[in-house]
Amino acid sequence: MKLKALVTALALGFGAGAFAQNTGPVKIGFITDMSSVYADLDGPAGGEMVKWAAQDFGGKVLNRPIEVVTADHQNKADVASSKAREWIDKDGLSMLIGGTNSGTSLAMAKVAEEKKRPFFSIGAGSARLTNEACSPYTVHYAYDTVALAKVAGTALVKAGNKNWFFLTADYAFGHSLEADASTVVKANGGSVVGAVRHPLNASDFSSFLLQAQSSKAQILGLANAGGDFTNAMKAAKEFGITKTMKVTGLLVFITDVHSLGLANAEGLQLADSWYWNQDEPSRTFAKRFFAKYKRMPSSVQAADYSAATNYLKAVQTAGTTDADKVMTVLKGMKIDDFYNKGQIRADGRMIHDMYLFQVKSSKDSITPWDYYKTVAKVPGEQAFTTPAESKCALLKK
Amino acid sequence: MEIFGIPLQAFLGQLLLGLVNGAFYALLSLGLAVIFGLLGIVNFAHGALYMLGAFAAWIMLDQFGINYWFALVLAPLTVGLLGVVIERLFLKRLYKLDPLYGLLLTFGLALIAEGIFRELYGVSGQSYNVPELLSGATNLGFMVLPNYRAWVVAVSLAVCLGTWYLIERTRLGAYLRAGTENAALVQAFGINVPLMVTLTYGAGAALAGLAGVLAAPIIQVNPLMGSNLIIVVFAVVVIGGMGSIMGSILTGLGLGIIEGLTRVFYPEASSIVVFVIMVIVLMIRPAGLFGKEA
Repeated sequence: MKLKALVTALALGFGAGAFAQNTGPVKIGFITDMSSVYADLDGPAGGEMVKWAAQDFGGKVLNRPIEVVTADHQNKADVASSKAREWIDKDGLSMLIGGTNSGTSLAMAKVAEEKKRPFFSIGAGSARLTNEACSPYTVHYAYDTVALAKVAGTALVKAGNKNWFFLTADYAFGHSLEADASTVVKANGGSVVGAVRHPLNASDFSSFLLQAQSSKAQILGLANAGGDFTNAMKAAKEFGITKTMKVTGLLVFITDVHSLGLANAEGLQLADSWYWNQDEPSRTFAKRFFAKYKRMPSSVQAADYSAATNYLKAVQTAGTTDADKVMTVLKGMKIDDFYNKGQIRADGRMIHDMYLFQVKSSKDSITPWDYYKTVAKVPGEQAFTTPAESKCALLKK
Repeated sequence: MEIFGIPLQAFLGQLLLGLVNGAFYALLSLGLAVIFGLLGIVNFAHGALYMLGAFAAWIMLDQFGINYWFALVLAPLTVGLLGVVIERLFLKRLYKLDPLYGLLLTFGLALIAEGIFRELYGVSGQSYNVPELLSGATNLGFMVLPNYRAWVVAVSLAVCLGTWYLIERTRLGAYLRAGTENAALVQAFGINVPLMVTLTYGAGAALAGLAGVLAAPIIQVNPLMGSNLIIVVFAVVVIGGMGSIMGSILTGLGLGIIEGLTRVFYPEASSIVVFVIMVIVLMIRPAGLFGKEA
């Protein structure tokens, strides 16, 4: 009798498990840097954007409630991948979104490929995600190091800045950015005089900057991000580096410009995928964000919202959360919303327009956060890795 | 003329920059050494107090229009006062316990302070401009040194040596040192030891706050600025010898220079060179370079 009860209980248990897979909540996981260097440009607000996307979609897809879970990877690849694994194995996660930090995104992309789950990388920059390390389940949604290099680098070389020196953050993202920018510089007839690598979260940049100055290069490219970028810019001004050479950031977010202040950032040219003040739909989104956070959204936060929304649309169309079917729909559909217009290529790269912006001077900046003017709009086909340049096997079929 | 393949001028420039960073290490490790030497507390809140000093200066300017020169006095005072409160409320209950408890408590306080400021101000950091009088730079021939950095070295050295003199060469310092050896006996001579201990922690905290104000115009004022630095500073204290005042000053300056040179010869290692030295020193002299063997 006892045995029978046990078997029944087990059978019911299994039944409930299978039941949950098809009718339980559709779970979206979001893993990013919630508390450290990159937390302002993505962080908890980025997670909230994914939740907004779920709410605005009606809170349900395929008649199943949408559930969003978030976690802090602390910029550690092993933390990111083990959390992703746990969510997929234990909680039946349907889709994973990776925030800032390339090292963590590369690690999560591997887990997603192994477990067959769509993986959207948003805040991470390394173009390897859809090139050497491409996977059928990865979507690289917002920007990448190639696009930054092609958009900002080309413009700067063409403006006469031929000899480059790089100050590079010593990890996956910095290396990718330096390599991609060097390629662009050389392709446009410029040359790279040298480079120096600094540890992530370096305490002081003066020593590196002096090395850059003694290289006699015309332009110093900062292949780093966030606090490292702002501190390097500040020290460059203090040591008078900006008087002898042009200093430019290769990845600059609006939060960095705000933190530096227009006095320190004025005139800087930068590449980005979105700016809150670019058109009316963007302003509407930005105002809603501002009402909650008292600051304007970064391009990454806008992309978090857009990516989650378009994933849900694809699930709706596919009629299932099955990864292969959803990926087929995603790669076949047109993406068109306030964030951008584009299409996801076979290698997972979302091809959309990129912009070259210039930071306004304080007298041209009228309203709060009115920081950029658009210098150029670069079509996605020119901004991102071309199929001819790519080493991803998925593109060669 | 070249040194190790680097032009002499560039080499001198890097030495000087190392000295600037060393001045910060010295000022911070000095406060830690004073607190450890006299209270036996491993003060993990030191980085947070440094951050609070920088934020105090920024808030004073941003909200109340109090300029750098007043902040240079007021911000360390504020942080010192906070130190007094921390000592009275928490630390005084821990002196009889294992030093581990003090370490855990101060570490917890540091996390709380960081969390609060992250919630209030985000992690991107705030800009604090170099004061008018010290802006600009001086051409030394081998490099252009911003005046503000020279000022940092001068203030830091003056404060470090002043503190050393106070503790090692004055009557007050003698009381302090005696109080740590045998509190009951010193008390019997009519000296208020608990008050002295409280003020010592306050002074140590104020030193961290001062370092924070000095750093504000150089780096972005950021809730994480303390935790980025504190581990290095602890390594400095361990290398110098826990509790040794002069040891922490000299080690701070020396390691700043070594770290600066590493940035030239092997930049990738610049963030770990201090720890490599720490390991070597601990193997050869477990009590640190200037510490007394127990």
